[in-house]
Amino acid sequence: MYETNYTRAKDVSDAAKQLRAADDGKYISGGMTLLPTMKQRLAAPSDLIDLTYIKGMGDIKVSRKEVTIGANATHAEVATNAKLMKVCPSLCELASHIGDPHVRNRGTIGGSIANNDPAADYPSAMLALGATIVTNKRKIKADKFFTDLFETALAEDEFVKAVSFTAPKKGAYAKFPSPASRYAMAGVFVADHGGTKAKRDIRVGVTGASSGGVYRAKDMEKALAKSFSVDALNGCKVDANDMLSDIHGSSAYRANLVMVMAKRAVAAAS
Amino acid sequence: MGKQGIGAPVLRKEDKRFLTGKGKYTDDMKIAGMHYAAFVRSPHAHAKIKKINIKAASKMPGVAAVLDGKQLTGDGIGNIICGWMVHSKDGSPMNMGAWSAMATEYVRYVGDAVAMVVAETQEQAVAAAEAVDVDYKVLPAVVSAVDALKKGAPQLHPEAKNNLIFDWEIGEEAATDAAFKKAANIVEIDIRNNRLVANPMEPRSALVQYDAAEDHYTLHTTSQNPHVARLLLSAFYQVAPEHKLRVIAPDVGGGFGTKIYVYPEEIACLWAAKRAGVEAIKWTSTRSEAFLTDAHGRDHVSTAKMAFDKNNKILGMKVDTIANLGAYMSLFSSATPTYLYATLLSGQYNIPNVHANVRTVYTNTVPVDAYRGAGRPEATYIMERMMTTAARQLGVDPAELRRKNFITSFPHQTPVIMCYDAGDFGVSLDAAMKASDYANFEKRRKSSKRKGKLRGIGMSCYIEACGIAPSAAVGSLGAGVGLWESAEVRVNPVGTVEILTGSHSHGQGHETTFAQLVSDRFGLPAENIQVVHGDTDKVQFGMGTYGSRSGAVGMSAIEKALDKVEVKAKKIAAHVLEASEGDIEIKDGEVMVKGTDKKLLWHEVCLAAYMAHNLPEGMEPGLKEGAFYDPANFTFPAGCYICEVEVDPDTGVTTIEQFVAADDFGKIINPMIVEGQVHGGLAQGIGQALLENVVYDDEGQLISASYMDYTMPRADDLPNFKISTTETLTPSNPLGIKGCGEAGAIGSPPAVINAITDAIGNNDLTMPASPQNVWAAIQAAE
Repeated sequence: MYETNYTRAKDVSDAAKQLRAADDGKYISGGMTLLPTMKQRLAAPSDLIDLTYIKGMGDIKVSRKEVTIGANATHAEVATNAKLMKVCPSLCELASHIGDPHVRNRGTIGGSIANNDPAADYPSAMLALGATIVTNKRKIKADKFFTDLFETALAEDEFVKAVSFTAPKKGAYAKFPSPASRYAMAGVFVADHGGTKAKRDIRVGVTGASSGGVYRAKDMEKALAKSFSVDALNGCKVDANDMLSDIHGSSAYRANLVMVMAKRAVAAAS
Repeated sequence: MGKQGIGAPVLRKEDKRFLTGKGKYTDDMKIAGMHYAAFVRSPHAHAKIKKINIKAASKMPGVAAVLDGKQLTGDGIGNIICGWMVHSKDGSPMNMGAWSAMATEYVRYVGDAVAMVVAETQEQAVAAAEAVDVDYKVLPAVVSAVDALKKGAPQLHPEAKNNLIFDWEIGEEAATDAAFKKAANIVEIDIRNNRLVANPMEPRSALVQYDAAEDHYTLHTTSQNPHVARLLLSAFYQVAPEHKLRVIAPDVGGGFGTKIYVYPEEIACLWAAKRAGVEAIKWTSTRSEAFLTDAHGRDHVSTAKMAFDKNNKILGMKVDTIANLGAYMSLFSSATPTYLYATLLSGQYNIPNVHANVRTVYTNTVPVDAYRGAGRPEATYIMERMMTTAARQLGVDPAELRRKNFITSFPHQTPVIMCYDAGDFGVSLDAAMKASDYANFEKRRKSSKRKGKLRGIGMSCYIEACGIAPSAAVGSLGAGVGLWESAEVRVNPVGTVEILTGSHSHGQGHETTFAQLVSDRFGLPAENIQVVHGDTDKVQFGMGTYGSRSGAVGMSAIEKALDKVEVKAKKIAAHVLEASEGDIEIKDGEVMVKGTDKKLLWHEVCLAAYMAHNLPEGMEPGLKEGAFYDPANFTFPAGCYICEVEVDPDTGVTTIEQFVAADDFGKIINPMIVEGQVHGGLAQGIGQALLENVVYDDEGQLISASYMDYTMPRADDLPNFKISTTETLTPSNPLGIKGCGEAGAIGSPPAVINAITDAIGNNDLTMPASPQNVWAAIQAAE
């Protein structure tokens, strides 16, 4: 690891101030991606500004169906929050399968979505839940937040404060983990937000598979809006040309996995 | 006997320190004035070194020296050698290319060391190594052994034309061909044995202490055989004379073969300590360096044919193998794909004619050498996939085809050197079939089918050659060393015992099992017995631990030394008790005259030996005996493994529903430790079958260079194993021990693959049977 300066931000405005003052500063939360990258000397930020000591930024608030999860909430906290479990168990389930116990007790939801690793789990949930990403500057719809592999709409000195969403009527996440890393090779989050009979609001977020990063499977959403059933997906196609390919999964295999996981998510949500 | 003697499941003495974090590993050691080394490594798989610019690096803080390969060879440091001479079938010796500890002109794999920095801190060393500017002319690279043999392939070493190291054969080709002509059926398979990284938990490490006044070196290192390391470092690599070099392999966290060899870093650090004028240098591999530089295992491509008569009796076996040895010839790299491999191509079967041809090849990859099983897993994988494939093609039950061809009388001379001394293959097969409820498998297949899953069952009847090895025999086959073992038993005046052994424990539990021998012999409690190993200053000489040899060979040496101690102790007791030597019996810590109440306590005899006030006429004082043991033959552990899997056809995911291992290891000293060895071996074998795979891209970059991409077996990949053992003693050593360290890794891969191919109805499946590969095989079959 190259030498770096480490500071703990006192509050939201202090964090942004510190970053602007640094030569090449980086916000750090759980550090589950950034620290290994630095240890391998593949990243060399001049300053690390730690967001995890900002008071109140890790709270999980549930009011009826309205959910707000502070950016500093760890995966373990999301996985085990009793109130969240009542209104949106699918997100708890998703969090409970991220990494291993060490990762789940260090890694945060804010860090995960800000990093937007194409194989991370949370981004698919944010899309499917129609979440709003609350930053230190503004509110961004999830649909506009994830822009490309490891890219988000966040400006240089901007960071995620919280995510908020309305809990869906039902939802489920099905993940096929990479045998080696156990990151998602295909993870599909299906959420049924109700809506009118004529226009049912179904959202499907897909992670791990696409060469463009996390995306909404609009044809699946349409098909499920007509009939929320496993069979409804049979008419849908996942184009292998859009998929990632690596030593663990060819694009054809990943395309297959997206369909299988979508069906399993629908079955679990039904 | 007693509670801590032979056959007792004594808890491991060493686990207290391991489980409480108190083990002392090389990287734990600190010495005043200690510097750190970092290596500059080639980012290219094949390149010519045009220039090394060390100016910037030399000026960086804390840097004591920046050294390169030309300086190293210029100081007379010798090239790294392969210690086993194998001749091609035309009689020519193997074509060994030069390998210096740091490259001088060419780099031949990604990770090849080019230069080293010695600095006051590890951070400084790493930073300065990064600042060393190497100008390369990149050359075309080749990573597959098959491609390396092709016309026009990039050439690695001037010594090895067409990258061919040797073209070797075993068995009678003409007789085998003649047998094939008479065949009623011939079965043919193409087999790839995947390439693996050993991944011991502790990465390699070396700590050199140089005493300038005495011109003496002490090397702490992660070695499975510190004496062999010292011999190589002094006699071949010329870093220090043998009497001026002490090598200590303290606690070592797993080896699996990969820590047998002396590596470039140890040589370079020894040389650099004196050259840089520092008191001590430490280097510890990062996990990334371990992937890039630890010797890899396996990597064979083979075609095999088996001929059957009309009664399904085997007439002959023919195998053609290309083995990838990587960029340089590692220490045992020539023996692994030849004498440790093709000599087992008769398996458990009576095969009158066997012929195998092996070509070994240089490629721009990490050197390949022995990894848990070493050659024997490669042979077993071919034999046992062949037997199951043949059973399917001949339309007979795989168990019955095997049983029909089992060797049933011993000794049995195979056509490929080995003479099996003892065994009972049918007993293991019966035990495994019973434990797996083989008879009712089809019912279970149906119930899986109802859930939408594909169920399959597969077996493997393995045999291996262990207890490596009779010195004269391996000498005649080209080995550069003898493979005996030594031991010394020191009985202290108070009756406690120290066993000094040339074996080295890096996880095997020797400190417990070796003590059990003494406990068994004299009835002493295990806590009164200390096992000393891994230090060339303490143990006179030894050959180390690999090839499942520590029980069969190492303990046999201890047994011989104990014989001598017992004889002397009895003589002393007979003298003191005024009895006949033949009437003395040692039992439960007492030395007694049989049939009388006359006795001495064990420690009274020991004390008498050292007081020397009343010893038999002419007897030397003391109670300390040594022995060397050279085995009469290899030993032949064998057994039957049955694996039952369920495959998810939608994703290709395989789950192991049941795994049965019925092994015959001969005499078992500690059944709990043996069970642990089987578990570990199975985990590695199943890891090879389902998960692990080294992948290089076409430019020679290692793609699977971290745990993000190299799939290690985890607990949830494995079932609870059903394990049983039988004890058919080997007549080849005094205890009847065959060895158990490698069986799991040798026998399990074909059982797993036979089960999956049974489930999916497609025999064309390559290891690892990853979800993607299994899914693709299912798609191909549809």
